[in-house]
Amino acid sequence: MNYNTNNLSIKVENLERRFGNFTAVNKISFSVRRGEIFGLLGANGAGKTTTLRMLCGLLAPTSGTALIDNTDVARQPEKVRFKIGYMSQRFSLYEDLTVWENFRFYGGVYGMSAKDIRKKFEDLSQRLNFGEQADRLTRDLPLGWKQKLAFMVAAFHNPPVIFLDEPTSGVDPMVRRQFWDLIYESALAGTTIIVTTHYLDEAMYCDRLAIMAEGSIKAYGTPAGVLDEFKAVNMQEVFLKIAGKEALLQ
Amino acid sequence: MRTLFYIIQKEFIQIFRDRLMPRIIIGVPLLQMLVLAYAATFEVKDTRLVVADLSLSEDSRQLIAHFEGSRFFKVVAVFPDYKEAEHLLLKGKAHQILVIPADFAGASHRGEVPRVQILTDAVDALAAGVRTGYALQVIESFGKNISPKVTSIPNDGLQFKELFWYNPSLNYQTYMVPGILAHLVTILGMFLSALNIVKEKERGTIEQINVTPVKKYQFIAGKLLPFWLLALFDLAFGLLLAKFIFQLPMLGSIPLLFFTASLYLVVVLSFGLIISTLAETQQQAMFIAWFFAIVFLMLSGLFTPIDSMPIWAKVFNYFNPVAYFIKALRMILLKGSGIKELWSLLCILAIYAIASLSFATRWYRKTSS
Repeated sequence: MNYNTNNLSIKVENLERRFGNFTAVNKISFSVRRGEIFGLLGANGAGKTTTLRMLCGLLAPTSGTALIDNTDVARQPEKVRFKIGYMSQRFSLYEDLTVWENFRFYGGVYGMSAKDIRKKFEDLSQRLNFGEQADRLTRDLPLGWKQKLAFMVAAFHNPPVIFLDEPTSGVDPMVRRQFWDLIYESALAGTTIIVTTHYLDEAMYCDRLAIMAEGSIKAYGTPAGVLDEFKAVNMQEVFLKIAGKEALLQ
Repeated sequence: MRTLFYIIQKEFIQIFRDRLMPRIIIGVPLLQMLVLAYAATFEVKDTRLVVADLSLSEDSRQLIAHFEGSRFFKVVAVFPDYKEAEHLLLKGKAHQILVIPADFAGASHRGEVPRVQILTDAVDALAAGVRTGYALQVIESFGKNISPKVTSIPNDGLQFKELFWYNPSLNYQTYMVPGILAHLVTILGMFLSALNIVKEKERGTIEQINVTPVKKYQFIAGKLLPFWLLALFDLAFGLLLAKFIFQLPMLGSIPLLFFTASLYLVVVLSFGLIISTLAETQQQAMFIAWFFAIVFLMLSGLFTPIDSMPIWAKVFNYFNPVAYFIKALRMILLKGSGIKELWSLLCILAIYAIASLSFATRWYRKTSS
């Protein structure tokens, strides 16, 4: 894979966020290439979600820059919003709308035509076999399906970059596996994926990753490279070395 | 435009999917019109009158009969002395005493003005004033109706006739119902909009909206328009109820009335949305909306005349859109005022509408700082 900057999807430099005296994200820098699956790992409170919210333009950074497709998120948030999809930590589709109504709404606000929305929804529901769920209220669906739908809604308008905040938390291993299949599929189609997780086994599914603790990046690179650097056999060991035993117990 | 359509479509689906909403939209106007219009009245009925008839004459009996004939009075007792009458007033069994002195009969034959005295229990000052007024009316009409035997009571020679324009029978419902209509759309609009955005905050769906390219004005317009239509619908519904239940006169132009209401509702709904963007929970939004609704409605001249308020309240009402709207409604419905009389009022409402709408748009943040 080539490493020149033209191929960068995301470039973060000295990004910092403070809340009063508390520094949630401490001047971090990293970059993500197009079509890459990039993992942000860390314990709760390590600063993953804060980083993601800044990249999506939901939270203004205290200092530093974040470029998505060479566009500054803080300066031109509206331009960036067309390029990204976001799945938040909380299930945030409308529970009192049906599956179809959710897709129609989000497709509509992203400027897709009524025809495109209809067609794409039909393809998607056939391919993933949720046709009979289309007219059910999302509140009545099992959690695994909710998570998968939230991902598909985030990806519905074909954004070049998708942010996933703890997408697999609370679902069983089987659904997690299915969920990662969806992620791979998108990445193969050229979409850049940024995913936060606290499941250490999921680290191995990423092309590259950054491990955060106390607002800073403590490890950065390919999974194999990180294991090498910390002379560890698995991610758990890396974590232990970085954050001490407490982080693991959490 | 298309984005706006999708937002409005989504809002309407959510509004009508909520099982409570259709009931609120139909039930609230019905309840407010029926309960408030009948209960919130200044009319004082059934004054319990006790008479101290010291005259015991033909004339005094006729005066008492006159009171008995009035629909406002119920003569509970007639005593030949004053002490017992006062006792009933003290016990709260009577509201008012009519004292007819011993020299009442034949006073006018002697060339004197006959006198009576009215004593009113004024614990409820407002009601007391009304009761005294009614009693004076009865005495006055007695003076006019009586045969030439008694020429004039209480004012000899001088006759006057009161004329009340626009509401000739001084019907309180005629006065109250336009105000209650204003009350209705204010409460409904303010609360529905105040709870709306904050509900999305609580459920976390606002984040999903905030990452989309939806523009701030599109979002606010998409939130405002459905409630604007609903409130106008409720106004129409309330007007129909007023027409058929209370025979409310509608002298002015109904399109003008709806135009005024459209402007006013933009103010109310924007205000609700501002509350909704500033609050963190529905509970907070509810308290803030409640507080403002009470203050603005209480001082608006809906329940008590602005003319009898202290200076500061009158000054406040220069800034109170509710007061303008109630005034406009009464002018259009009861006086048949047209655009010529209302244009300055409409300008003020328009300024408020633009200002509150731009504040609502400004204060809604897609990126938190």
